[in-house]
Amino acid sequence: MTQDPRAASQQPDPSPASSAASVAAGGHSRGALSRVLGSLSAAARLEVFLVVILAFLVWWGTQLSPFFLTWSNFGFSIQDVMEISIMALAMTPIIITGEIDLSVESMVGLSGCVLGWLWASGVPLEIAIPLVLIVGALGGLLNGLIVARWGLPSLVVTLATLALYRGLAHVVLGSNVISNFPDDFTNFGFGYLPGTSVPWTLLVFLLLAVVAVAIIHGTWIGRQVFAVGKNKDAARYSGVRVAGLKTALFVVSGVVAAFAGIILTARTSTASPDNGLNMTLAVVTIVVLGGVDINGGKGTVPGVILAVFILATLKSALTQAGMSTDYQNVAIGLLLIFSVIAPQFARQFRVLVDRVRLGRHRPVRDPMPGEVVR
Amino acid sequence: MALSAPANVRAPSRVGTLIGQAARSRELTLAVVVILLTAIVAILAPNFLSSSNVISVTALTAIIAIAAVGEALVIITKNIDLSVESTMGLVAFVVAEVLKGQNLPVPAAWAIGIGLGLALGMVNGLVITIFRVPSIVATLGTLSIFRGLTYFVANGHEINATDLPAGYTDAASQTVFGVPLFVILAIVVVIVVGLALRYTALGRHLYAVGSNADAAATIGIRSRWTVFMAFALSGMLAGVAGVLWGIEFGQLYASSASGESLAVIAAVVVGGVSIAGGSGTVVGAAIGALFLGLINNALTVLSLPQEWLQVIYGVVILFAVATDAVVQVRTQRARARSRTR
Repeated sequence: MTQDPRAASQQPDPSPASSAASVAAGGHSRGALSRVLGSLSAAARLEVFLVVILAFLVWWGTQLSPFFLTWSNFGFSIQDVMEISIMALAMTPIIITGEIDLSVESMVGLSGCVLGWLWASGVPLEIAIPLVLIVGALGGLLNGLIVARWGLPSLVVTLATLALYRGLAHVVLGSNVISNFPDDFTNFGFGYLPGTSVPWTLLVFLLLAVVAVAIIHGTWIGRQVFAVGKNKDAARYSGVRVAGLKTALFVVSGVVAAFAGIILTARTSTASPDNGLNMTLAVVTIVVLGGVDINGGKGTVPGVILAVFILATLKSALTQAGMSTDYQNVAIGLLLIFSVIAPQFARQFRVLVDRVRLGRHRPVRDPMPGEVVR
Repeated sequence: MALSAPANVRAPSRVGTLIGQAARSRELTLAVVVILLTAIVAILAPNFLSSSNVISVTALTAIIAIAAVGEALVIITKNIDLSVESTMGLVAFVVAEVLKGQNLPVPAAWAIGIGLGLALGMVNGLVITIFRVPSIVATLGTLSIFRGLTYFVANGHEINATDLPAGYTDAASQTVFGVPLFVILAIVVVIVVGLALRYTALGRHLYAVGSNADAAATIGIRSRWTVFMAFALSGMLAGVAGVLWGIEFGQLYASSASGESLAVIAAVVVGGVSIAGGSGTVVGAAIGALFLGLINNALTVLSLPQEWLQVIYGVVILFAVATDAVVQVRTQRARARSRTR
């Protein structure tokens, strides 16, 4: 900040008219200062901001407990958020296309209940698990067809299926709770890779994360997802089958939620109709914290993966600080809102730096939808 | 609009027009459905219309209806308030805590509760309009923040009816000329807010901002102020609902009213307020709440399994939005047709 006046004096009268010339000349004449400011501008990115938060949380955690930065605490903390993290990977492309799936938490409950019911009626898990995944696919298909084919708002549709799938979970199991699952199955939920502190579920998450990064940032499917999120009509006129794409994304979300439900059932060795209650909040928090625009069109999977580690670290640090889960929700809610506000400040900072460096005016912020630029 | 269609438009069959008009007035359709459902349940289970059952159904329905009126204001502006259940829970708990701890007169405690609701609504409104956080994210955040605050206030304790002043919970079962007190209150809220929506500038601005924010801004409507007011009022009405919740139940936990946001938003959507903004009435939202409350009670008095309740809620919401979409498409087609001729 102290550099601002000097830079301004080097480039008096930064009028918009001379901006092109100053851009062309700027890089050479100002050298080091410009480069520093340039990297500052680039540093005001969300991912960098996320890494800073993560570093701060890790530092805070080590202040709270000497055991914070140990592999066993890492494994324990990360395992706690694996179900929501896996669902966040599937939620990311849905939110990028401008839709939302609120029903995932109920699918977690429903899939656990179907699994428990099948197991209790004597169906071996090798058959029950694929059946449960099919239930997830059907649930996602229902969401997808209603949202994409009928064009109804996903917010309301998935709010309806949030109730519907939770209700079905109650219908399937009634007031029963199934908990006599075999050890091989529950070990998958809370076991670790032999000889390490890496939970099995983290391995699954990382595999799925690699797949998600590859598909969303490396294939035509990902490009279509972003195209639909930026401008649905333009995407359709460019040959994107918008309805088919959205339906597929909802089916994937349903399958992934069912899978998360299986993991949760294994980890808690309990199938109960209340499994996964209030999980959607955490899933959407991770996605939004990871820098995905809730209005669609923008976001990255690496950002979401960083957000997973932030959430796990925050929860672990708060637990160390003696806060129970009920209180932790205050911090998570604040983090969610903060994560949307912070990039706005980061952008204003970047604009400020750019203005000093390049000597030109830019709009301080993009106009909001509905705002008239005078 | 469809009534004044030019004469050269081929008229649909008479029955079709009637059904179309009825479907277009969601309030009327719903009211008919509610009356039919009441009649059917009353025939199947005679104790359905007993005064004790009527009071118990209507008390909770009135609470949800009042919160739904506030939620309708927000949804009309094309926003959403997911935090109503946490506002209700926090207000209910704080009011009870105040009554338990201090020797304040009861109306003062209620005023604190409603003021707290207003303050929480203003927090939502500020975050959404000043910091420009999308309402779904902002209220998802405050949903858990307000709930967490309730846990802080509760500090591991619950409040029993015996902690409250003697006879405090009686108001829930009182009637005036045979009409439960809560119902009268809900009707007053619906009438006042309904008239304000229709006849005040702010009321019209809510619809204008919700149906086309650009156009509203162009004609000089302060859209951020309007949205802020919608959230503030929604918070205040959620505060009223929270106070009533405390009176109705007497026993309060930190988790009280959890999951009620779904019921409130469902009531609004079923009542014909479009999630796309700019249309709907608070009368519809209130009848929506009545309809859902009726289904809930029907399961009980007919001794049907309660597990099906949420399944039915889900199907009802889906059915309601689907009808909206069908009606909208029909109306648009009709308009397009009358334009091309």
